[in-house]
Amino acid sequence: MKIHEYQAKEILKGYGVPVPKGRVTETPEEARRVAEEIGVKPIVVKAQIHAGGRGKGGGIRVVKSPEEAEKAAKEILGMTLVTHQTGPSGRIVRRVLVEEGADIKEELYLGVVMDRSRECPVMMASREGGVEIEKVAAETPEKIVKEWIEPSVGLRPFQVNKIGYALGLEPAQVGKFRGVVTGLYKTFYEKDCLLAEINPLVLTGGGDFVALDAKINFDDNGLFRHKEIIALRDLNEEAPLEIEASKYNLNYIKLDGSVGCMVNGAGLAMATMDIIKVFGAEPANFLDVGGGATTEMVKNGFKILMSDPAVKVVFINIFGGILRCDTLAKGVTEAVREVKVDVPIVVRLEGTNVEEGRRILRESGLDFAIAAGMQEGAQKAVEALKTKG
Amino acid sequence: MSILVDEKTKVVIQGITGNEGLFHTKQMVEYGTKVVAGVTPGKGGQKVEGIPVFNSVIEAVQNAGANTSAIFVPPPFAADAIMESADAGVSLVVCLTEGIPTLDMVMVRKYLKGKGTRLIGPNTPGIISPGKCKIGVMAGYIHKQGTVGIMSRSGTLTYEVVDQLTKKGIGQSTCVGIGGDQIIGLNYVDLLELFQNDPGTQALIMIGEIGGTAEEEAALFIERHVKKPVIAFIAGLTAPPGRRMGHAGAIISGGKGTAKEKMGALEKAGVRVVRNPAIVGEELMKVLKAVT
Repeated sequence: MKIHEYQAKEILKGYGVPVPKGRVTETPEEARRVAEEIGVKPIVVKAQIHAGGRGKGGGIRVVKSPEEAEKAAKEILGMTLVTHQTGPSGRIVRRVLVEEGADIKEELYLGVVMDRSRECPVMMASREGGVEIEKVAAETPEKIVKEWIEPSVGLRPFQVNKIGYALGLEPAQVGKFRGVVTGLYKTFYEKDCLLAEINPLVLTGGGDFVALDAKINFDDNGLFRHKEIIALRDLNEEAPLEIEASKYNLNYIKLDGSVGCMVNGAGLAMATMDIIKVFGAEPANFLDVGGGATTEMVKNGFKILMSDPAVKVVFINIFGGILRCDTLAKGVTEAVREVKVDVPIVVRLEGTNVEEGRRILRESGLDFAIAAGMQEGAQKAVEALKTKG
Repeated sequence: MSILVDEKTKVVIQGITGNEGLFHTKQMVEYGTKVVAGVTPGKGGQKVEGIPVFNSVIEAVQNAGANTSAIFVPPPFAADAIMESADAGVSLVVCLTEGIPTLDMVMVRKYLKGKGTRLIGPNTPGIISPGKCKIGVMAGYIHKQGTVGIMSRSGTLTYEVVDQLTKKGIGQSTCVGIGGDQIIGLNYVDLLELFQNDPGTQALIMIGEIGGTAEEEAALFIERHVKKPVIAFIAGLTAPPGRRMGHAGAIISGGKGTAKEKMGALEKAGVRVVRNPAIVGEELMKVLKAVT
């Protein structure tokens, strides 16, 4: 799960990481009041969306007075911000973070991520801050300092020192740096994060550190023990169909093609998208109705697929295995009767009682193309799409 | 022959009294798996389907001779269940649970180091040596005893491939679901080594997907140590970056973990990478003909 910058900063502040003075607002008038409260210049007005690259897209403005802050907020609020991470349709800005501008002497990078190969969190730091760390890692990997952390022992003071001195910080700076690094790791560990990042971490002219931007991604599997984090979810940042799907516990991701897919199991669902591409069409979505694929799940899956106008053909690929195909077939026919489906449907069912399942589909009076295997199913779906034009 | 599980495997089911646990226990017993005990704390002394239930894994090991455990307990308690099995000296733990917090798994992996316990999963359909032992939620009847070893991060996609093989009369030695999470127990490399050393396995199928570097690590290992032919399919060539594709571990992050990279690494190691998931069986047949 992702959250906004202002939310990430609030969490970090709670763990002792210094963040710029400021507040999030939804109106230009309030933006002006926040700027007045801050009382120093310059002021930064930042669009709050779940995507990076906001500055280049015109979503971040540096201003010199509360009046200008109000004006900037007015221009940013409600705008559709397009960045390299939002896709061409962009995101509507509903909130701005108004905060004091920092006296930037240097921009550093500090982040913790889960290292899958080493099976533990890794703290990464670099003096090349303010740019994407992936770029630094690809071009000048020697400029990134790494410390792997054993969670049952925690981040040790010597490790923080190692990072600080490897970065070439002054002894006096290392002391302040320690607070930031420790706070960031505590956030990561205690809140079940997969990524907690401060980029840039600013070293000010006065020799202090300030988290100028922050990003946190939480482990969805850990959310059950963090009600306070679940409360931070912003549905405006998610595609409406994906929210609908999540209500039914379906894994759905909207894509750009026109073959709607309904599959049980994540791996088979990806493979189904891939095989559609092999036969020359593009998948409209990823939809995993779960390995179990109950009638209810299939019905809900149909509702989601049919609410996407881009779907011109539906390909259902269910490998039931233990599940009985007759039950599944009944579920599919029920769902098609209940949800108005006006596009060709290709069904591939496999599992116990497969013959009985296919008979139910054939005799339902509904218009199904029945496929004997995954390949035939994909071919039929792509053909149906081409005939339709 | 087979790897990890066979006729000698004696299974204890952790979470045997839950819906899932009970349903799949029956299925496993029906398949011929020797389920010797169940564990549900507080329900010790009861019997489920004629199987004795104990309060702890150590009791199941001492009283019923269990040497392998299957875990069907909910995510908040699953990490603890794995550690309990390791503590009780069980040699193989198969954790079916989906949704275990990643940090819990970090702790589990650390805990298992130096202990003689192997872990399969979590978030796996399980493991099956056809005709001998099935531990997991896969349908037994789609499998056939034979000489192809399969390892995969996915459930239903593995069934798909197994089904293709069986319908062509090709059997499997052992099929292992390694799990769809970020941090898991046995990985491709561990299994490649076991399969390479198993005289009953002639050829291997590796089913991978986007996210992480397990396939790349496997490629390096194959290049150096695997003499048997390997066929691979990598799911997610059409998956968008930055999105989690159902499995917790299936995500391209920071441009890393793409299907293309993985395919490239495997091809470089001499692995035959199949683009069309519907013809894995066909391709394997060609390879088998060449071997025999």
